[in-house]
Amino acid sequence: MKLKTKDKTILLKTALHCALFIPAVWVFYLAMQDQLGADPVQAIIHFTGLSALKVLILGLVISPLAPKIKFIPLMQVRRLVGLYAFFYACLHLLSFFIFDLQLDWPLLLNEIVKRPYITVGMFAWLVLLILSVTSAMFVRRKLGKRWQPLHNLIYVTVPVVVLHFYWSLKSGWIEPAVYLLITLVLLSFRKQKIQRLFSHKSFSVQLKKQSIKQ
Amino acid sequence: MLIKKKGKNHLTEAQVTDESIYHQRRDLIKKMGFVGAGGLLASSNLASANPFSFFTKEEKPSFETKTLDFKSAILDEQKRTPEAKVISHNNFYEFGTKKSDPVENAQHFQVKPWQLKVHGEVNKPFTLNYDDLYKHLALEERIYRLRCVEAWSMVIPWLGFSLAKLIQQADPTSDAKYVAFETLHDKEQMPGQRSRFGGIHYPYVEGLRIDEAMNPLSFLAVGLYGKTLPPQNGAPIRLVVPWKYGFKSIKSIVSIKLVKHQPPTSWNQLAPKEYGFYANVNPDVAHPRWSQASERRITSGGLFDRNRIATLPFNGYGEDVAHLYKEMNLKKNF
Repeated sequence: MKLKTKDKTILLKTALHCALFIPAVWVFYLAMQDQLGADPVQAIIHFTGLSALKVLILGLVISPLAPKIKFIPLMQVRRLVGLYAFFYACLHLLSFFIFDLQLDWPLLLNEIVKRPYITVGMFAWLVLLILSVTSAMFVRRKLGKRWQPLHNLIYVTVPVVVLHFYWSLKSGWIEPAVYLLITLVLLSFRKQKIQRLFSHKSFSVQLKKQSIKQ
Repeated sequence: MLIKKKGKNHLTEAQVTDESIYHQRRDLIKKMGFVGAGGLLASSNLASANPFSFFTKEEKPSFETKTLDFKSAILDEQKRTPEAKVISHNNFYEFGTKKSDPVENAQHFQVKPWQLKVHGEVNKPFTLNYDDLYKHLALEERIYRLRCVEAWSMVIPWLGFSLAKLIQQADPTSDAKYVAFETLHDKEQMPGQRSRFGGIHYPYVEGLRIDEAMNPLSFLAVGLYGKTLPPQNGAPIRLVVPWKYGFKSIKSIVSIKLVKHQPPTSWNQLAPKEYGFYANVNPDVAHPRWSQASERRITSGGLFDRNRIATLPFNGYGEDVAHLYKEMNLKKNF
């Protein structure tokens, strides 16, 4: 019996939920048992941050990949993946604030302002927050034409996340360079959309151009 | 600060147990079924910081440490960083850049034969071989805080002897203004030294001003927690300068050279705006990218341990070393 598209989507979503949620639970469990090395706070911050970046990249893979493999449910899981990226980003920020800074609000604000790598990290998190709260269908309908340009901000945000990662390292550039390379390759599939994001032309001019092309 | 004072219990060379007897005792203990503590700890969960390593656990040989005879310092057991953490969380890029790399990659490290040259602007240069390291000067225990520039710290019971005593034996000349240290350079044993993509220029080098080196706190450690150093902690001999950031405490030393001019130091070469020559622990001088005002003290707690503490000037050793920098601008000379 062949599965309906609807069922395939449910299966894919379930699989993604397992693959993306369970590692977080597992790592936190290990940390609480003091089985995450000598510095579990640092390990958790690094794990959640790097996971957020990896999930963001996973999200960027979907649109270029979908037409090539013709697996319809794939396009249906973009929001799920995006929200998981935000989920890990929240765990990352909360771990930093709760376990590292130990709930010191003035220290947090001071660090955000004084340390460039944290400033750009907060910028990235805020963008993910905005994208997350505007991800629901009813919000999308309300925003209409403005929704897509807003969500295209992700193309700027992922490189910023890589920069945040690079600036946080004591030394070494190879790992962030690899992530940057992957990100740039994935962004190259959206060259036109990104050019539009940076050009200051009004939306209607762009729509005109598009209709002329077609 | 806990330096054992020389009293009637002070051990002399003659009282240090002969090595052959050590091995016999160890053999006996082994035959009774107790695995060497080094072996147990190296394969503990703490040593593997990869939380998903279910399918990759292999039996790796462990470096054999031996117990040493020394007079212990009086200490508060609870405040020390557990030994398992001390030996599994290390920055020793010669064996890889992850904190868990040194314990995983250094177990095959050969410390015999070893040569530690004490030379340069001295009247009586000499070389210590492996056995000399433990016999040349009586061993004492010192419990020091080690503060990493990354803003974490540990409390470690080191075993060794005063750097000043060793230098005095070489009889430095009046031209000896600085002390330069060098780590072993052996790409076969230390895979991290083969890296061709930038990073530290090996061999790792460090330096102290002569008065810093002659300060009573400056320590050459040959052991920790009652045993010889595991390779990931800088076997067989390393420096401990507790009032400076940890990267000054150079590991696996092969050369101590008295020199006229300020010697190059590895992290300063790599990022001069971030790592200075002096590298005194100073909460008022931030690293360009992060604050040094506080640190996470690694103890026996886990994730919920409230272990963020204020960083003290000179890592709390100001009473013994602040006078060395009386006239200096510590913001400029960081």
